[in-house]
Amino acid sequence: MTKKILVVLNYMFLTILAVISIYPIFIMFISSFKTTPEIFFNPFNLPKKWNFQNFIKVWNEANFKVYFLNSVLITISSLIILLFCASLAAYALAKFNFKFNNLVFMIFLAGIMIPIRLGIVPLFILMRDLNLLDTRLSLIFTYSASGMPMSVFLFTGFFKTIPSELSDAARVDGCNEFQIFYKIMLPLVRPALATVALVNFVPWWNDFFFPLLFIRSDSLKTIQLGMTIFFGQYMTDWASLFAGMVIASIPMIILYLLMSKQFISGLTAGAVKG
Amino acid sequence: MKKWIQKHPYLFFLLPGVILYGLFMIYPLVSALGYSFFSWDGFIRKEFIGFENFRKVLREYPYKEKFWKALGHNAKFFLTTFILQTTIGLYIAIQLNKEKPVMEFFQAVYFLTYTLSMVVVGFLWLLLLNPNWGAVSQFLSLIGLEKWVAPWLGQESTALNTIILINFWRWFGYPVLVFKAGLQSIPQELNEAAIVDGANKWHLFRYITLPLLKPTIIMVTILTFIWDFNAFELVFVMQGSSGNPHYSTDLLATFFYRTAFGDPTTGAAGGNIGVASAIAVVMLIIIGFASYFGIRIMQKSEIEY
Repeated sequence: MTKKILVVLNYMFLTILAVISIYPIFIMFISSFKTTPEIFFNPFNLPKKWNFQNFIKVWNEANFKVYFLNSVLITISSLIILLFCASLAAYALAKFNFKFNNLVFMIFLAGIMIPIRLGIVPLFILMRDLNLLDTRLSLIFTYSASGMPMSVFLFTGFFKTIPSELSDAARVDGCNEFQIFYKIMLPLVRPALATVALVNFVPWWNDFFFPLLFIRSDSLKTIQLGMTIFFGQYMTDWASLFAGMVIASIPMIILYLLMSKQFISGLTAGAVKG
Repeated sequence: MKKWIQKHPYLFFLLPGVILYGLFMIYPLVSALGYSFFSWDGFIRKEFIGFENFRKVLREYPYKEKFWKALGHNAKFFLTTFILQTTIGLYIAIQLNKEKPVMEFFQAVYFLTYTLSMVVVGFLWLLLLNPNWGAVSQFLSLIGLEKWVAPWLGQESTALNTIILINFWRWFGYPVLVFKAGLQSIPQELNEAAIVDGANKWHLFRYITLPLLKPTIIMVTILTFIWDFNAFELVFVMQGSSGNPHYSTDLLATFFYRTAFGDPTTGAAGGNIGVASAIAVVMLIIIGFASYFGIRIMQKSEIEY
């Protein structure tokens, strides 16, 4: 009997926590379809009429279409550069024996523990001297560089599992080193590509710190930075505020729901041994 | 030349990554150390002044007071998060590790908040906690707890705790996820053998699960420490870069930001690069030491099986 009560209590606890997790997000969604007075006076009910007015307003009037496009452009470009640089470097570290192999690998690994934010002042001055302040490139370089440590770590692990006989055979058949990498190795680590892409995509999309420092022009703002401006301007228009938050969050929520397996394997890869 | 290239093909594979990483990550982090030893005029470097900037941060008004206060807030931030995640979080992970379909649903729900950006989380809770129209206040009134309704973010006594809990709301899916992955890597035979020897549930947890999970717990703790000693966005979007009300939510990162880049809410000028760099170096040292000792302890606690 007591055992049954404990089981019920346990499920109640899990359910309450689930409600605390998801209910605020649910409120955000339903509020984005309401009018502001409706949000004030009926916060918990479903909207009387599901209208997309708020979204249309935020998308066009508040410039969210520009912010959104910038975020897409910046995250995708960063990803292409990162995948290119990290897979090549990891391949060299995993498959070639050379003098400083271990040292280079350790320098890459050290970056997992040290947040790039702590170098923001020199980075800011570097961007200024390179004439990159207030450009998308400043963010693209920062993101792809900060993604290197974890990505090199993940890729190196994957490349090490591929038997060297494969590349030896290709070498005998007359492939050069780059062809071996491109035609044989890269297709074999495709699952790692997806994992690395996801692990980096979310923090970049959600980043606010670097756009805050590097970007001034409204036409170059990312969605997270654009939101803070918008919040100040629409302070009393709660319906628009909620719609803006939904637009900023929905891509990552969908990505997570579609690819939760790769998500989880990427996020736990660094933290769990074995 | 051609021969040399053929002999060292890996150099070409390494080159793009090393340039990118070296220029935009290693160079800024290393030169941040150097910057803190110079006096600055805005963003222009002047002369070498030794430890003067560090002396200012640690010993001189007005930096000293702000620094120690912010450091205390970061420590509280980390400790509260650590305690919550290694008790509630670990308990949840153990529940989720049971092989029932409903547990996968719970896991998906718990993790969802982690995909939200800090800016969205901050603004969402700013609206939800609004004392007049926020859903939380209205809910409390609805169930007869009007007395509890208060401007939690506006009073010095509750603001920091509220921020810490909101951060935990978003973060908590991550430690749960990692703990669960750690639990799954524990071989089931160990538990089975112990049950044959007459161990009860508490014994299993205390003598098998906990010791074998220790490296994972330490790893998550290190990551939590790094993250919490860098926390910035939530306070910045909810309380401004001065950590309102009256610096009660000020963190090292917001203090650093104000000192370097100014305070948009009060209009105070920044540009104190020397002092800001010294703050960043102190943060780097704190994080570096914590990570180093954390990893040492972790390596000692690792068990081969």
